[in-house]
Amino acid sequence: MKKKRFGVALSLMLAAGALLGGCGQKDENNAGGNKDTFSVAMVTDVGGVDDKSFNQSAWEGLQKFGEDNGMKKGKGGYDYLQSQSDADYTTNLNKLVRSDFDLIYGIGFLMADAIGEIAEQKPKAQFAIVDSVVEKPNVASITFKEHEGSFLVGVVAGLTTKTNKIGFVGGMEIPLIEKFESGFRAGVKAVNPKATVEVQYAGAFDQADKGKAIASSMYASGIDVIYHAAGATGNGVFSEAKDLKTKDPNRELWVIGVDKDQAPEGVVKVGGKEYNVTLTSMVKRVDVAVYDVAKKTKDGQFPGGKVIEYGLPENGVGIAPTQDNIKPEVLKAVDEWKEKIIKGEVKVPKTRDEYKEFEATLK
Amino acid sequence: MSSGRLTNFLIPLLAVLLGVIVGSIVMVISGYDPIAGYSALLYGAFGDSYYIGETIRQMTPYILAGLAVAFAFRTGLFNIGVEGQLIVGWLAAVWVGVAFELPKFIHLPLAILAAAAAGALWALIPGFLKARFKVHEVIVTIMMNYIALHATNAIIRSVLSDKGYKSEEIHESASLRSEFLQSITDYSTLHYGIIIALLAAVIMWFLLEKTTKGYELRAVGFNQHASHYAGMNVSNNIVLAMVISGAFAGVAGAMEGLGTFANISVKAGFTGVGFDGIAVALLGGNNAFGIILSALLFGALKVGALEMPSSAGVPTELVDIVIALIIFFVASSYLIRLLLTRVKKEGK
Repeated sequence: MKKKRFGVALSLMLAAGALLGGCGQKDENNAGGNKDTFSVAMVTDVGGVDDKSFNQSAWEGLQKFGEDNGMKKGKGGYDYLQSQSDADYTTNLNKLVRSDFDLIYGIGFLMADAIGEIAEQKPKAQFAIVDSVVEKPNVASITFKEHEGSFLVGVVAGLTTKTNKIGFVGGMEIPLIEKFESGFRAGVKAVNPKATVEVQYAGAFDQADKGKAIASSMYASGIDVIYHAAGATGNGVFSEAKDLKTKDPNRELWVIGVDKDQAPEGVVKVGGKEYNVTLTSMVKRVDVAVYDVAKKTKDGQFPGGKVIEYGLPENGVGIAPTQDNIKPEVLKAVDEWKEKIIKGEVKVPKTRDEYKEFEATLK
Repeated sequence: MSSGRLTNFLIPLLAVLLGVIVGSIVMVISGYDPIAGYSALLYGAFGDSYYIGETIRQMTPYILAGLAVAFAFRTGLFNIGVEGQLIVGWLAAVWVGVAFELPKFIHLPLAILAAAAAGALWALIPGFLKARFKVHEVIVTIMMNYIALHATNAIIRSVLSDKGYKSEEIHESASLRSEFLQSITDYSTLHYGIIIALLAAVIMWFLLEKTTKGYELRAVGFNQHASHYAGMNVSNNIVLAMVISGAFAGVAGAMEGLGTFANISVKAGFTGVGFDGIAVALLGGNNAFGIILSALLFGALKVGALEMPSSAGVPTELVDIVIALIIFFVASSYLIRLLLTRVKKEGK
C-alpha cells in the first residue's frame, strides 16, 4: 500500500517534470531582434500603464511613434513593461537592455536610481528618464516645467472660485509635486489675492480612497475648486466631486485634472442631464516628450547626458483642450498670462521659498 | 520515508500543481496560451544567469519573512506584523549604514543586528500585550504595520533626508552587495544576503528542535495550560517567541536595505514581502527546510512573472492569481488529505 502511494507521488513528480520541462524552450527565436530597425521600450513605475496619468501618456506617445514609423509591438519594435513594486525597476530595465532595445525609457522619478545604476553597468545602452535628472552620458533626462502649467490652471481657479477657497491635493510631498503646488498657488494669488489655497498631501499616488477622503473634507469646508497632482489618488477627488454633484446638481464644485485631459473622468449624469465636474486640466505632454526624444534618437541625435526641459513654448505643459466649463473672460486672462510667462515677464515659482518671494512682489 | 512525512511533503506539492493547472485553465478562458505563459515564466526565473541571480535575490527576504511567520506559528502565535517589523528593520539597517563609517567586519554585522533589534522591538509590543493583557496579537500586529509604515516615512523625510523621498546610499562597508556575485550573474542585483537567510533557517531549526528553550516554546504553542502546569513561564515564552519572530523579520528588511536597494525610500504602501511571508510559511509547512523551497518558488514566480507580458502577452496579474490559487489549495489541504486517503483506501 505504501508502495502504491509512493508510486502516485512518483508519477506526479514525473508529470510535473514533463510539464515544466516541456516549457522553457521556445524563447530563443524571438529574442534579440533585427538590428537594422530601431526599437524602443519603456518601464512604467508602480502606477501601471493604465494609470490615466503620465505612465499612460508616455505609452500613448510611444504607440504613436511606433505607428508613425511602421513598427510592431513587441521585441524589435515598441513595447512596455509594468512594475508591480519598486524591486522590479532594475529587473525590468535590465530585461529591456537584454532584449536589445535601442532606447529605453524609465517613466517617473522613482526610477532614477535604477536607471543610474544600469546606465553605468551597460554603457552602450541608451536610456531616457522622465521627471528626473540622471547625470550619465548615456541617459537623456526629460523634465517638465509643471509650475508654468500649474500657474495657468491657478489663474483659472482664482477667477472661477465663488467662495474664495481653493484646494490642492498632492500625491507625495516631494520636490516634483512642490513645483505643481507653488506654481498653482502663484497663479491663484496673481489674479485673486483674496483667495486662500489649502494644501494637503495624500502621501501616495495610488490610493484613491485617501484622495476621496481629503476631497470630502475640503468640499465640506467650503472649497469649490480642487486641483490635484496626485496620479491615481486624484481619481478619488473626482469620485467625491461626482457624488456631491449627484446629490445636488446645482452646487458649483470643480476639479482640475492633471497630466492628461481629465474631462472624461468628470462626467456625471443626474436625472438624465449630463454634467462635468472637470473645470480643466493641467496637461503634461509626456507623450510629446517621449515621441520627441524617440524621434531624435532614431535620427541619430540621442540627447545623452543632456537635460531637456519641456515648458509652455514647447507645448510640453499647458491647459487641456477641453475648456467648455471655463468662462471666455477667464480664458482670455489665461492667454495673457501665458504670453507673459513665455516672454519671461513673469517668473513662476517652483519651490515654496520661491513662492514666498513671488507673493512678496505682488504686494 | 514514513507515510506522515510523505503526506506532509505531498500536500504542498499537489497544491502547487493544482494551482498551476487551475491557473492555466484561467489563462485559456481569458484567451492566453498557458504553455507560452508558463515557459516565459520559467525562462524569466531561470533562463540564464541574470534571471537566476534575480530569483535568488527575491527569494532572500522571502525566506526570512517565512521564517518569522513560521516561528510564531510553531509557538502558537499568528504574527501578521512581519511586514511592519520588516520595514523598521530596513530603516534601522539603512540608518546604521548611513550614519557610521566603520570597518566592514564591524559595520555590516552591526547594521544587520540593528535591523534584528528593531524588528524584535516592534514585535515585543504585541508580544507583551498578549502575555500581560491577553490582547490578541493579530489585531495589534496589524495596527503596528501601519504605525511602522508611516513612522518610517516620517523619519525618512525628516531625519534621513532633507524633506526628500529617500535616504542617502549606505556606505560601502555596510553593503551586502558584491561585484563578484554581480559579475557571475551579468549585473543582477544578487547579494550576499542569501547566505544570511540560509543561516537563519539553520538557526531557526536548531533553536526549535534542538534546544530546551525551543521545546518550551513549542510546548506553550501546543497547550498553554499544560505548559503552565509543567512549570513553564507561559508569559515569558510568548514574549520571547514574538521577539525572535520579529528579529527574523527585521533581518529580512536588512536584506532589502543593505543588499537590493542600498537605501530606503518613502513608501506609498506595504512592500508585500511580509504578507507573502505568511504564504511562504504556510506552503513550507512551517518547517525551516520547507520554507527555503517555498521561498524559492515564490521568488521564481515573482521574478519570472515579469517576463510574461513581453514574451507571451500574458498580464503579470495572472501570476498573482496562480499564487492565490496555490495558497488556496495549501489552505484547503484538508481536501487534499481527504483525497489522498481515498486513493489509499481504493488501493487496498
